[in-house]
Amino acid sequence: MSTLAPALQQTGSTDKTLRVAVPIAVLLALVPLVVPPYGAILLAYGLVMAIGALGFNLLLGYTGLLSFGHSAYFGVGAYAVALMVKYLKVGSMELFLVGAIAASVLVTALFGVVCVRYTRIFFGILTLALSQVLWSLAFKFFWVTGGTDGLRVPTPSLFGGLVTGAGDKTAFMSHAYYYYVLIMFCACAALMWVIVNSPFGMALQAIRDNETRAEFVGVRIWRYRWVAFLVSGVFTGLAGALWVPLNGLTTPDIMHWTFSGEIVFMTVLGGFRSFAGPIIGAIVFNYLKTYAIGYTVYWQLLLGAVLVALVLSLPTGIVGTAGKLAARFRGRS
Amino acid sequence: MDVLLIHILNSLLYASVLFLIAGGLSLIYGVMRIVNLAHGNLYAFGAYVTAWAIGTVAAGASVPVLLVLLPAGALAAAILGAVLEPTLLRPFYKRAEEYQLLCTFGLLMILEDLMRFIWGPYPLSASTLFESFGSLPVGESIYPTYNFLVIGVGTAAAIFLWAFVYRTKFGVVLRATSQNMRMASALGVNVNRVYVQAFTLGCFMAGLGGAIIVPSQSAVLGMGVDALVLAFIVVVIGGLGSLEGALVGALIVGFVREAGITWFAEIELAVLYLIAALVLLVRPAGLFGRP
Repeated sequence: MSTLAPALQQTGSTDKTLRVAVPIAVLLALVPLVVPPYGAILLAYGLVMAIGALGFNLLLGYTGLLSFGHSAYFGVGAYAVALMVKYLKVGSMELFLVGAIAASVLVTALFGVVCVRYTRIFFGILTLALSQVLWSLAFKFFWVTGGTDGLRVPTPSLFGGLVTGAGDKTAFMSHAYYYYVLIMFCACAALMWVIVNSPFGMALQAIRDNETRAEFVGVRIWRYRWVAFLVSGVFTGLAGALWVPLNGLTTPDIMHWTFSGEIVFMTVLGGFRSFAGPIIGAIVFNYLKTYAIGYTVYWQLLLGAVLVALVLSLPTGIVGTAGKLAARFRGRS
Repeated sequence: MDVLLIHILNSLLYASVLFLIAGGLSLIYGVMRIVNLAHGNLYAFGAYVTAWAIGTVAAGASVPVLLVLLPAGALAAAILGAVLEPTLLRPFYKRAEEYQLLCTFGLLMILEDLMRFIWGPYPLSASTLFESFGSLPVGESIYPTYNFLVIGVGTAAAIFLWAFVYRTKFGVVLRATSQNMRMASALGVNVNRVYVQAFTLGCFMAGLGGAIIVPSQSAVLGMGVDALVLAFIVVVIGGLGSLEGALVGALIVGFVREAGITWFAEIELAVLYLIAALVLLVRPAGLFGRP
């Protein structure tokens, strides 16, 4: 990947970032008051995927590893929640999150040990193969996972039982749960911001830009990559856990490698060389997919064409292109 | 004993088709260093075209006519490949591998829906050809004659490909380009042309795999995506870019899968993926790959 990204990563000051991030968070908080419930739920899906894509981009954008297996960690999070409901009769969202994090730490730690020894195409194929192992297990062990029928997850209780989902499910999802997702999203984004701007994040970028030099400087490459893999997988697992009550059902589809492809797609759509890219990409992709599916049965064709056009002409994604346009505009005036 | 023989025949049948798909994938990677995620869709495309030609266009024709139409899918896939390479893939050779993966992933989505658009969401079958062959006795049991044809085509394709790559002038050029593209180019090889030819040949093989298997199954949506992941396992075990590896890998996957369906159906796929992961761990370049 050393050819891919000359240090373009923006590592701005925290003050400046907060000046942008806080108004956006406030705007997002106002959304359920303004738009109809359906719009809020749709945005909640987008925010959940944004958490997953943020995690994914720690590997692609910051460490230079393209994983084609992140559906596995998303699925581990989702199935951890579903199995907790099925076997332990748990109904608290906080316990769900703890369980999902524990499960995804376990799986990513194990997969990470195997995967981080490779880079480039082999890393991609290995992550894909391992994610397919989990997919086939979820698919075939139907007496545990429900097979293609999947597992149902009822509405959970939030904040240790302070808010319960009794009553209108739509109202719950578009208000209480939306705010829950928004809080988690803000926390995750802030945490990821801290991570990528920490010495650890800098070391990852050094590895991405020049592995050999980073090693000479004293960065322990495999260990750093492994930690990045772990953090990345856990973020995506958390997204899976938040996704599953929203969807009400988890099926093996979310473990299939084509779903990994979608995670890659949304990250590239937003632009993987910037911090905000995967967030914007995930939200835009979510709208794009929803409307494409509503508009035509051939939505895959539409999305595929968008993806091909994107990598052919706008490899820096929405954020990169917007930045370039803004720079040109500024240069002219 | 007979049962064992039938299992072996089934494994060979499976390995034949897998070799055609994975061999094409591996050939393309070996020459062009591209992992074509849409490769499975070319296999599906071959299956659809043949099923359409045999089952719909020439339905009711005599068996020899149907046999002549059988390679239609392979030719169609080859033509599609010859169009795709210069238009969609060529811009990516100088860019990082990640973009190629993304572009071919987009292509996968497009082709998947194009097939849905052309042939509709229902399975397309060409079973008349399969049925007209009847079956042969194998010991005390019987086995479909058509499956012997598939195994025969798979074997012939392997021999033909070996002769093509190692015994012809074009094969020399192909191997030279694969080993060192710049050097080959400096020595007067038209690399762009070799790339188109290699990609077309790879797509032809995938299409042939789809074309010969479709009379005994049917062409369904999603068959390409499933086949791609199995082909991945084959090339990972055998080594990306190695034809011998694709052959050995296809045999391994064919036999393991047949054994898996018989004895450990629940974890059959998981075992295959784990074998692939193990091989990658022990020999990252695969059993026959160049490190």
